[in-house]
Amino acid sequence: MNIHEYQAKEILKQYGVKIQNGIVVDNPEKAISAAKELNAETGTEWFVVKAQIHAGGRGKGKVQETGSNGVVLAKKLEDVTEKVKGILGGTLVTHQTGPEGKKVNKVLLAQDVYYPGASEPKEYYLGILLDRESGHNVIMASTEGGMDIEDVAENTPEKIIKEWIDPTVGLQGFQARKVAFALGLEGPAFKEMVKFIYSLYNAYIGSDASMFEINPVLKTSDDQILAVDAKVDLDDNALYRHKDLAELRDLSEEDPLEVEAGKAGLNYVKLDGNVGCMVNGAGLAMATMDIIKISGGDPANFLDVGGGANAETVEAGFRIILKDPNVKAILINIFGGIVRCDRVANGVVEAYKKIGNIEVPIIVRLQGTNAEEGAKIIEESGLKVSSAIVLKDAAARVKEALV
Amino acid sequence: MSVLVNKDSKIIVQGFTGSEGTFHAQQMIEYGSNVVGGVTPGKGGQSHLDKPVFNTVRDAVEQTGANVSIIFVPPAFAADAIMEAADAGIEVVITITEGIPVKDMMHAKEYIKSRNVTLVGPNCPGVITPGEAKVGIMPGFVFKSGRIGIVSKSGTLTYEAADQIVKAGLGISTAIGIGGDPIIGTSTKQAVELLMNDPETDAIVMIGEIGGNYEAEAARWIKAQGNPKPVVGFIAGQTAPPGRRMGHAGAIIGGKDDTAEAKMKIMNACGVHVVESPADIGEKMVAALKA
Repeated sequence: MNIHEYQAKEILKQYGVKIQNGIVVDNPEKAISAAKELNAETGTEWFVVKAQIHAGGRGKGKVQETGSNGVVLAKKLEDVTEKVKGILGGTLVTHQTGPEGKKVNKVLLAQDVYYPGASEPKEYYLGILLDRESGHNVIMASTEGGMDIEDVAENTPEKIIKEWIDPTVGLQGFQARKVAFALGLEGPAFKEMVKFIYSLYNAYIGSDASMFEINPVLKTSDDQILAVDAKVDLDDNALYRHKDLAELRDLSEEDPLEVEAGKAGLNYVKLDGNVGCMVNGAGLAMATMDIIKISGGDPANFLDVGGGANAETVEAGFRIILKDPNVKAILINIFGGIVRCDRVANGVVEAYKKIGNIEVPIIVRLQGTNAEEGAKIIEESGLKVSSAIVLKDAAARVKEALV
Repeated sequence: MSVLVNKDSKIIVQGFTGSEGTFHAQQMIEYGSNVVGGVTPGKGGQSHLDKPVFNTVRDAVEQTGANVSIIFVPPAFAADAIMEAADAGIEVVITITEGIPVKDMMHAKEYIKSRNVTLVGPNCPGVITPGEAKVGIMPGFVFKSGRIGIVSKSGTLTYEAADQIVKAGLGISTAIGIGGDPIIGTSTKQAVELLMNDPETDAIVMIGEIGGNYEAEAARWIKAQGNPKPVVGFIAGQTAPPGRRMGHAGAIIGGKDDTAEAKMKIMNACGVHVVESPADIGEKMVAALKA
């Protein structure tokens, strides 16, 4: 589960990670009072206005309605409201949102931390994530803060420091020091960085996260180490033991059809194609999407109905797929193992009749237990549904349906 | 010979008396698997499906000589069940449970490292040696006995592959569902290695999906061995968008090496017979065996 920057910073703060402070605002009228509060709290005279959406590249992204960037600076109190208005409520398009962009429902008004002082402020990168290869967590760090870490890894892999953590004993002091030294820090900034890494690791473990990315981490001109941004991905499977974190879920960031499918117990991901599909099992569902592509179509979705494909789940699946206006055909692909094909076929017919008139052609491929009986039920239903048993035939039917 | 499970396996079911455990234990017994009992803490001494129930895995091992365990315990307690099985001396632990927190699996995997145990899964359909033992949730009738091994991250796609192999006139030696989670006990390469070393396996179907590097690692290992047996490969998720989780917790494209395209390219270069369409697995195997 992804969360917003302001929520991620809240978690960091609870674990003693120093952050760039801010106040979240959902209404431009509250901007001035928030700015005054922040000024009283931190002494900041400049204010950074940051769009809160689940996507990166906000700084370079553009709000379609106003042309404002997703992160802007207000250099005096009087400018704050206008800057907030340029972002809040608008549609922000970044390289990660796709051309349709994301609606900005909240902005974070944050203190300016790049103030001048004894030394130059400097940005770093710090991330903790699961390394699937080793099955351990790994700390990744780089002196190239503020840059896209994928680009750094691609172009200058030597600038990425990695430190794997033994899960039985956790992060050790020498590891945190090793990273801080490798970043070239010394004196008070070094000590601050060691503390920062420690606290960050505790936050990561304590919240059952699968990723914490702090980019940039800032060394301020007075040698403080602060998280200026924070991107966090939490382990969905562990949310049952973090009720407080589960509440951070922002449904407005998710596709409404996906939210609806989730309520019906279906695993659905909306895609851009023209052929809908409904499948039992995640692997077979992905394979079915691939078949659609090979047959000349494009998958409109991923949809795993799980082990018990019955009339209710099939009906729920139909209703969700049919809400997507791009869908020109639907392929149902069920491998009946424990669940029998004749029962799935009856479920399909029942669901179809209940929904009434379905305009798009439907191909039902049932294989496995009682496949023949299932195909017969489909053929004899009198509905505009064609059936197949062999996967190749199903692919051919999809091709025909798209002509 | 086959691998991991066979007619001599003495199987216990952890989470025996729960609804999932009961249903699938029943199916396994009907298939002919040698289920010798089950474990449900607090229900020791009872009988379930005409088999004894034990409080602990150690009790079960001591009294039945069990050497294989299958786990249907709910996600919050499944990692604990894995460690209990390993501690009790079970040799093969097959974990069906889906939704175990990553942190729990990380600890369980570390715990079992120093013990003589093979973990398969979690979030997998199990392992089947047709005609001998089904230790999983797969429909047994699809898997006819033969000499083709299957290694797969996915459940229903394994059934699909087995069905095509059987329809092509061949059969299955052992099918291993390794699971779709980010942290699993047996990697693609380890499962392929078992089958490569099995004298009763002539060729292997290797089914992967987006996310992680297991398939690439397996392909490189196969090449380094000099491609001793033909391997037919398929990667699900050629059309999956980056950054989105496709059902399985581990099925997410995180970088450019995780894509189906990148994996298929590596597999091709390592001499694996790659199919682009999952409908071609059976045919490709027939062709690969002739080549």
